[in-house]
Amino acid sequence: MKTVTTVIIGAGQSGLAMSKHLADRSIDHVLLERGEVANAWRTERWDSLRLLTPNWQSRLPGYAYSGDDPDGYMAMPEVTGFLQSYADTISAPVQTGTTVTSVRQTDGGYNVGTNRGDWRCPTLVLANGACGVAAVPKVADGLPPSVRSMTPLQYRNPRELDTGTVLVVGASATGVQLAQEIQASGRQVILSVGEHVRLPRLYRGRDIKWWMDVTGVMDMHYHEVDDIRRARRVPSLQLVGTPERATLDINTLRDSGVEIVGRLAGLRDGEAMFSGSLGNQCTLADLKMNRLLDTIDEWVSANARNDEFEPPHRFEPTQVATAPRLGMDLADGGVKTVVWATGYRPDYSWLDVPVFDRKGRIRHDGGVVDAPGLYVMGLPFLRRRKSSFIDGAGDDARDLAAHLGASLHRPAA
Amino acid sequence: MTQTTAQTTDTTVNNGVNVEALLGAREALDAAPEAAQFKWRTTCEWVNGTHSRSTIGGFFGLGQEQSRGKFFTVEADHPEVFAAEDNAPTPVEIVLSGLASCLTAGVAAVAQHRGIQLHSVTATIEGDMDIQGILGIDEDVRNGFGTIRVNFDIKADASDEDIKALVAQSQKRSAVFDIVTNPTNVFVTVND
Repeated sequence: MKTVTTVIIGAGQSGLAMSKHLADRSIDHVLLERGEVANAWRTERWDSLRLLTPNWQSRLPGYAYSGDDPDGYMAMPEVTGFLQSYADTISAPVQTGTTVTSVRQTDGGYNVGTNRGDWRCPTLVLANGACGVAAVPKVADGLPPSVRSMTPLQYRNPRELDTGTVLVVGASATGVQLAQEIQASGRQVILSVGEHVRLPRLYRGRDIKWWMDVTGVMDMHYHEVDDIRRARRVPSLQLVGTPERATLDINTLRDSGVEIVGRLAGLRDGEAMFSGSLGNQCTLADLKMNRLLDTIDEWVSANARNDEFEPPHRFEPTQVATAPRLGMDLADGGVKTVVWATGYRPDYSWLDVPVFDRKGRIRHDGGVVDAPGLYVMGLPFLRRRKSSFIDGAGDDARDLAAHLGASLHRPAA
Repeated sequence: MTQTTAQTTDTTVNNGVNVEALLGAREALDAAPEAAQFKWRTTCEWVNGTHSRSTIGGFFGLGQEQSRGKFFTVEADHPEVFAAEDNAPTPVEIVLSGLASCLTAGVAAVAQHRGIQLHSVTATIEGDMDIQGILGIDEDVRNGFGTIRVNFDIKADASDEDIKALVAQSQKRSAVFDIVTNPTNVFVTVND
């Protein structure tokens, strides 16, 4: 059994940012990584994926993008290269090829079991990512065996799919991106749309992520929001990173031939049932987008910077068919594949510490978990709206490293 | 996103909704989800022809039977064009009323929470029905509504966008909107 002050599980942006802040505080630590640095970015993403955030926003403590395309969006090999370079630059003590198999509470700390021996530590940071498991809804149980069921963690590209119709369930970032590329491959896509967050890629000549950064929206602290539980459940932004900096929304998809239907409400006897709430889901998303655009316009005016940007404008409301279909027989409709773009959740299957609520979510206050010396990082709105983004890892790591450092100096209770 | 910015309940706004009590109940029920399990009931008696009378009294919730100490009655019938006596609205009109009432209550509650003073709210609702379905003329026509349209006319101390957001949020949290737009398992039994 090896002993260290802090074990960090996962060597992605969160774990590396924490490593930097612990090193700055001279706190000895190790990062346990099941694969290589940035493993999930390397092995669990589809081929065409690029970051939703522009290159300039890939910022980590003491490190930033330095290439010649600040407004572009990194493909996965660039992301892994970026994070590997960061790990090398900060000389992060990463132990690769080390899979955590169990975490148990002990007197004054934790025993971390791995495939390469056990570690004992008074403090432990869970930095293994928010997307370890695809969250597939219960309704999926009703899918007939003749239809292939696939999660985005399994999906790589359209060529791996049957040539028949594809039902994509979910219209957040993953769902709209997969719907677009599968439709472009010649397969008919039906996109089932529930709650979503519509955003333009560019507004008034700037990237929407630039606006959200400069207006302070991304920095909003979890103490500042009215309902943090709700804020942590907000779906991912309906965005795609492409060299064309194109907007991807329900209107774009409809124009490219994707059939838009309501939220998947049921699957029974080979029939899919779609909710009649599609109109309101789209109205909610349009209203929410316009509130953000209002916030941006108000910020520009308040800072007297109207001359620097294109004039304010509003986007076409989401167009919903007069009678979107409410149900379909999957076999009759030629549906061969269902892709569950219904969100992700972190994998804590090895965490044997009583810190979960009744929905299986980890109980924490801004990343300080409800168990002494235990921390979590990288979850949606953990401490700030940007917490689950690469750009959010640094500030959260700084705060949590300070808390962790202070806890080491307190006498054991 | 921007929806989650801090909202304060303006105490000068009064739509007759006790938002503090509702928010308190939400906190309490989050900690005790079993108390959130409700059962709603009605008993319907045939009167004559297509005329019936439902009686609505107690319900189950917060872990126990809840007695109102009174009963409501809701009658239903069909109009004369259906060769009926038109003693009361048709059941489908009662469904539309239920949807309109649920959305209207939601508008008031959301407005109170968002500090918006309402002056008037009128919901007009219309449902399209091809009665070839209920008459068994065409198997491809469903019995129920094809499309339902609801129009709100709202006078309130708020911008048009904020009023639209009230109505959208009300739909998002409406029980009857969910019942009407999504499938529900219905089991009907008959006593021996």
